Amino acid sequence: MKKVYLDNAATTPQDPEVVEAMLPYFKEHFGNPSSIHAFGQKAKEGIDKARKIIAKKIKANPDEIIFTSGGTEANNLALKGIAHTQKAKGNHIITSQIEHHSVLNTARQLEKEGFKVTYLKVDKEGLVDPKELEKAITKETILVSVMAANNEIGTIEPTRELAKVARSHKIYFHTDAVQAFCKIPFDVGWGIDLASFSAHKIHGPKGIGALYIKRGTKIQPRQVGGHQEFEKRAGTENVPAIVGFGKAVEIYNVDELRKIAELRDKLIEGVINKIPKVKLNGPKEKRLPNIANFSFLGVEGEALLMELDSKGIACSTGSACAAPTLEPSHVLQAIGITAIVAHSSLRMSLGKENSEEDIDYVLEILPQAVKNLRKISPF
Amino acid sequence: MYTKKVIQLFKHPHNVGKIKNPDGLGKAGNPVCGDIMWIYIKIGKNKKGEETIKDIRFSTFGCAAAIATSSMVTDLAKGKTISEAKKITRKDVADELGGLPPVKFHCSNLAVDALHKAIQNYEKKKHK
Repeated sequence: MKKVYLDNAATTPQDPEVVEAMLPYFKEHFGNPSSIHAFGQKAKEGIDKARKIIAKKIKANPDEIIFTSGGTEANNLALKGIAHTQKAKGNHIITSQIEHHSVLNTARQLEKEGFKVTYLKVDKEGLVDPKELEKAITKETILVSVMAANNEIGTIEPTRELAKVARSHKIYFHTDAVQAFCKIPFDVGWGIDLASFSAHKIHGPKGIGALYIKRGTKIQPRQVGGHQEFEKRAGTENVPAIVGFGKAVEIYNVDELRKIAELRDKLIEGVINKIPKVKLNGPKEKRLPNIANFSFLGVEGEALLMELDSKGIACSTGSACAAPTLEPSHVLQAIGITAIVAHSSLRMSLGKENSEEDIDYVLEILPQAVKNLRKISPF
Repeated sequence: MYTKKVIQLFKHPHNVGKIKNPDGLGKAGNPVCGDIMWIYIKIGKNKKGEETIKDIRFSTFGCAAAIATSSMVTDLAKGKTISEAKKITRKDVADELGGLPPVKFHCSNLAVDALHKAIQNYEKKKHK
């Protein structure tokens, strides 16, 4: 059976070159980077190189890159680390309603500790308005955290403008750049104090990410122990994963993004032309090149996902049925989509492995799958 | 996550569709949790003169578990007397499917609810 993977926003296949680069660090370069001997120093070289590559990509200094176990840990460290350090200055944090759960649930935990959190509304395309941020700022505000691009609908936020607002009030600005990283221009010089990244969304390994922390930013570590990661994150480094992360960034080919965007547009056009009663969720213009999110009215998303899976097509849904909480996607609800339409949503996120034939295959299978499920549906 | 039986019934559900002028119609579910099930019944009589579920159909907006439970409850009820059909429980449906993931257990509840509501609807009409 043909297999088409359209869930690259969940994770991506590892590039063979990445795997190749990692292998020696499992074998001959197994040393502990904190060790002074040659074995340790060889491992340290691998980490240093990766750190430089990642720093260069976002126009930061290498000592501003802190490796973490992934995007979730980076978001936890950013929010809790700043909140706990700045507590004396104020207790107000601003974020948005469409953040990833690793930001939202961290914010909720901070609320339990006594911090006040404002969750900025977004418009129907998922955009945060810098003017709304300006209005939400109080004398107590210590941190603003708004994602660079959304993982469900692909909205690209006005990061530069939002950072500018925060900076004008001397408030720390953090952005979860996990989905945006490598896919859209990103420069910490925009006034960004902290930014979270993950390797496995860009063909790197799972279990590794990074937090950019601007020089001079005081942050309370979440994990204490040894002196690793400039005393901001203790624990022996995951050397092979860090090396793989660096390699993934090094070889990321931005030219492929144009091809991906073309395929995504072909997909969107095909779906809209071939299937009645379909809605494209999210922005038309300010969208990541790889994400398309649809609602097929009258069809529940998880059922459609399963139907497509049985034909070798992998994607994801914002339906409550697919969530352990049985709540429809908070992102789709925040952009004003009703619960029932959110239940009908399907996210297709493309990658560099996808071809024209893949999209043709999806456009052949999907209309029939929707038709079959509509036959069962009361609507 | 799903048993083979669930997947099989999801792919090839039994008793799908509507009945024109049904004797009873039961609707269960709500748009917030995601699943909506409609069950249509047609009542007949067996040799003993007892009322039975002669025909039963369903329409479901929901996940694979919702579709499989709808199909299973219609299979379990078909041909049964009304008093037997009333005794069908969510556990019967889930057991026949070889179990459901805990988070999907409410689907079997909905399917049984829709069936019981269809019977209630019939009985209410009859006593008018």
